[in-house]
Amino acid sequence: MDGFPILSLMMAVPMAGAIACLFAGANAARWIALGATLIDLALGILLWVSFDQSSGGAQWQFQEYYPIFGRFAWALGIDGIALMLIALTVFLMPICIGASWQAIEKRVGEYMAAFLFMEVLMIGVFAAQDLYLFYVMFEAGLIPMYLIIGIWGGADRIYASYKFFLYTLLGSVLMLIAMMWMVHEAGTTDIPTLMAYNFDPHVQTWLFLAFFASFAVKMPMWPVHTWLPDAHVQAPTAGSVILAGVLLKMGGYGFIRFSLPMFPEASSQLAWLIWGLSMVAVVYTSLVALVQSDMKKLIAYSSVAHMAIVTVGLFAFNQAGIEGAMMVMLGHGLVSGALFLCVGVIYDRLHTREISRYGGLAINMPKYAVLFLLFTMASVGLPGTSNFVGEFLSLMGIYQASSWVALVCTTGIILGAAYMLYLYRRIAYGEQKNADAAAMPDLSMREVWLLAPIAAAVLWMGVYPESFLAPMRPDIRALEARLAPAAPAGDSKIKMGAPRPAGDAHHEEVSAHGEAH
Amino acid sequence: MIDHASLLAVLPELILTVGGLALMLVAAFGGDRMTQVVNWLSVLTLAMAGAALACSLAHGPDAFDGLVRADAFSVYAKALIYAAAAAAILLAPRYFLAGGALRAEYPVLILFSSIGMGMMVSAGDLLTLYVGLEMQSLAAYVLASFMRQDERSSEAGLKYFVLGSLASGILLYGTALLYGFTGTTSFDGIAVAMSDGVGKGELFGMVFLLAGLAFKMSAVPFHMWTPDVYEGAPTPVTAFFGSAPKVAAMGLTVRVAIEALGPAGLDWQQIVIFVALASIVFGAVAAIGQTNIKRLMAYSSINNVGFALIGLAAGTPAGAAATMSYMAIYVVMTIGGFACILQMRDADGNPVESIASLAGLSQSRKGLAAAFAIFMFSMAGIPPLFGFWAKFLVFDAAVAANLTALAAFGIAASVIGAYYYLKIIKTIYFDEPAAAYEAKGGAVENVIMAACAAVIVFGYLLNPVLDRASAAAAASLF
Repeated sequence: MDGFPILSLMMAVPMAGAIACLFAGANAARWIALGATLIDLALGILLWVSFDQSSGGAQWQFQEYYPIFGRFAWALGIDGIALMLIALTVFLMPICIGASWQAIEKRVGEYMAAFLFMEVLMIGVFAAQDLYLFYVMFEAGLIPMYLIIGIWGGADRIYASYKFFLYTLLGSVLMLIAMMWMVHEAGTTDIPTLMAYNFDPHVQTWLFLAFFASFAVKMPMWPVHTWLPDAHVQAPTAGSVILAGVLLKMGGYGFIRFSLPMFPEASSQLAWLIWGLSMVAVVYTSLVALVQSDMKKLIAYSSVAHMAIVTVGLFAFNQAGIEGAMMVMLGHGLVSGALFLCVGVIYDRLHTREISRYGGLAINMPKYAVLFLLFTMASVGLPGTSNFVGEFLSLMGIYQASSWVALVCTTGIILGAAYMLYLYRRIAYGEQKNADAAAMPDLSMREVWLLAPIAAAVLWMGVYPESFLAPMRPDIRALEARLAPAAPAGDSKIKMGAPRPAGDAHHEEVSAHGEAH
Repeated sequence: MIDHASLLAVLPELILTVGGLALMLVAAFGGDRMTQVVNWLSVLTLAMAGAALACSLAHGPDAFDGLVRADAFSVYAKALIYAAAAAAILLAPRYFLAGGALRAEYPVLILFSSIGMGMMVSAGDLLTLYVGLEMQSLAAYVLASFMRQDERSSEAGLKYFVLGSLASGILLYGTALLYGFTGTTSFDGIAVAMSDGVGKGELFGMVFLLAGLAFKMSAVPFHMWTPDVYEGAPTPVTAFFGSAPKVAAMGLTVRVAIEALGPAGLDWQQIVIFVALASIVFGAVAAIGQTNIKRLMAYSSINNVGFALIGLAAGTPAGAAATMSYMAIYVVMTIGGFACILQMRDADGNPVESIASLAGLSQSRKGLAAAFAIFMFSMAGIPPLFGFWAKFLVFDAAVAANLTALAAFGIAASVIGAYYYLKIIKTIYFDEPAAAYEAKGGAVENVIMAACAAVIVFGYLLNPVLDRASAAAAASLF
């Protein structure tokens, strides 16, 4: 793979597909989009396979550098963290195209073009190694998403599209000013160099806050999360999938790539802010989710709560927490995407998202009920599913830093179980009150093929998370080492016990060990 | 005693003068039948003047004992001005034909205006400055009222004339004060006189001078004429007003501020910062309620001038370069945007100006809708379009000059501006279709529109060239 620009190729394929879709008829556009995303999936698998994940491997791989833009360069390259998020992106994209196969009837070519362009930008965000290139990719994502929500969205789509656009734009522009300052200070736009640069701790606070403004909105964190429920509810199904699955992860990726390694002192000083907001988010948005009558809104609020687990994991300043945060991001990307697809399946049949219009679907849609149950359980964080691993690691990590935060955030798991099971009960169980809902046909082959791969990935991630943790481990170790001098002292004061002979090991240790897998 | 080198340094102006006079005769004797010929010959004249810029640069930087400058800065600005003027000539015939006002004087007036603009950006003396400015304005007053039978056009011309004269008066007063207190009208001389501290009289002169220039740039608080003139003037003339004279006025301001008033940098910096922020905020807020696309573009131009001035506020070579880069990108966006607006015609070919008529355009005219969206997103400063880079450069210069607070405030205010650009895209893409436009635009309009859109989309590849050119231009001022 030496010297072969695979990352550029992964961006060129959907770009070419997007242009072709603009000029193609409806059906041709669907096939072009599916073909382009599947090629990208294949390239993504190739990327993963040829990624050197041994601890001796280079931190940055597949690097490309072409200084063609004057002040900044077309510089790409990935580490294990970026690899995982790119894998998530290319995995979800064909599913999004499939989910829009029949649901989108008008202006299909433009729709597919917007999605493919979105894919280009998402890969670009995760692969960019130049600060300004990152910003360009990060911001450009607003354009296709604005069009997707505004053209193909629901009844209140225009308000939602404005809110999405202006909210995220306002968050991001301050980050740009901070970036300019950093580039003038450090004299480079190279992200790996900047990650090792020690900025003056006093300035770090300002820089941190500027980046925080952007990532907190993107993430989204309470109280700047309000654009998310609107955007989710109005977006078409595939739009919601990509929004929840990948776009929200850009916020978390931003924290892990920029905020933490570039401003470790400020991160440590302001950890209380992140912890506080996350604690509020976990409890408050979970309670809000509990009273929603709109399915998509409920899942949107649950996303905010899950993302708060990500932020506490990241700001635990230790390996367990950061690994957990990454696992929650990956798991949530799959599970929330799948849940939005599940909503989309029944929305396509009845054209309403009102929970009360459904009921007893387990009777007439057994296949649907099984898959929906699996994803519900994964969202709750049942052991054996992807989210359990991430949530457990995150909370374990934050417990070392602050046991109070861990205590409050753990209630989110319980509340999560409450609102998800309550949702599932109202939709799949109980009596079939509505005749039209009771007459809905079960999943079609196409729909099964959309959900089955996600189900497989969710279980794989839950049963053998090592496949996903291994590529990231060296990078997260490096990050932990970078943070170590600044990390706040924990209040839990965990002491390592002296090793004993295997014969009389503690019963608790065995069970804790068992759960972690 | 006029020397040979000085004449060669002003060769572009000479070509334009001779060409303009000759074409005026053609127009006078040939009548309106000759309009198309005069149009193309005018464009040719502008192209020749553009080619002569190389000669002018070779014989610079000073001509006529410093009255005129032929440096990299003036060449850069003139290249932009000539290109924008040529586009304004090419875009016009179809519009005037529909309005029954296709006359051969239009390109000739633009040529004369171009001479004035060329003098503005290469002025090295307050007198050259004033003569250039008046020459440009006089032609512009006539152009604004070019549709004689149209009430709005005549009103625009009159309004522009009255307010423009007032501004000229203010500027002249500033000139007189500066001359009185420094004893010279040459930029270099003024800078020398001010280098031992800025006296009260000099300060007053500077304020009046900058006020007059702010009027020409349509910067807040001297922007009031802009919406009315933009709306009333024939659309091709509006396209012209929005592009070339803006470059000239901005170029002139940058030159005066740095070459003549350089020692008073700290004094004018405050003024420029206020004008910049006020223009950004006012241009953005006032544009929100507009229903006429030309009025909206007027407020958008006020807003854009504010951003460009942020580069000047930095007061560094990088800042001046950023301002000039901004103007280059802004001209492309404006010309492209007006090439789109000129295609807003109902099924009978009559021009329409209401934003509401754009509804659902994306379903009937895909190419036009896409170009509109590109220019609007670009003006809103959303990457990966080139308009983002323009804003990037000025804010980067401000940050480098330790004006981080200014940059943060300015960029936050740009989000307000994004709203009304988004509104146009929303109308085009999200709304239900309104009455359809004519099925096809004019060939010239389409070519200019597509060329501008291509620059906006692939502009980043031009970065190395643009950076070098604007850096050289700025370096010649310091």
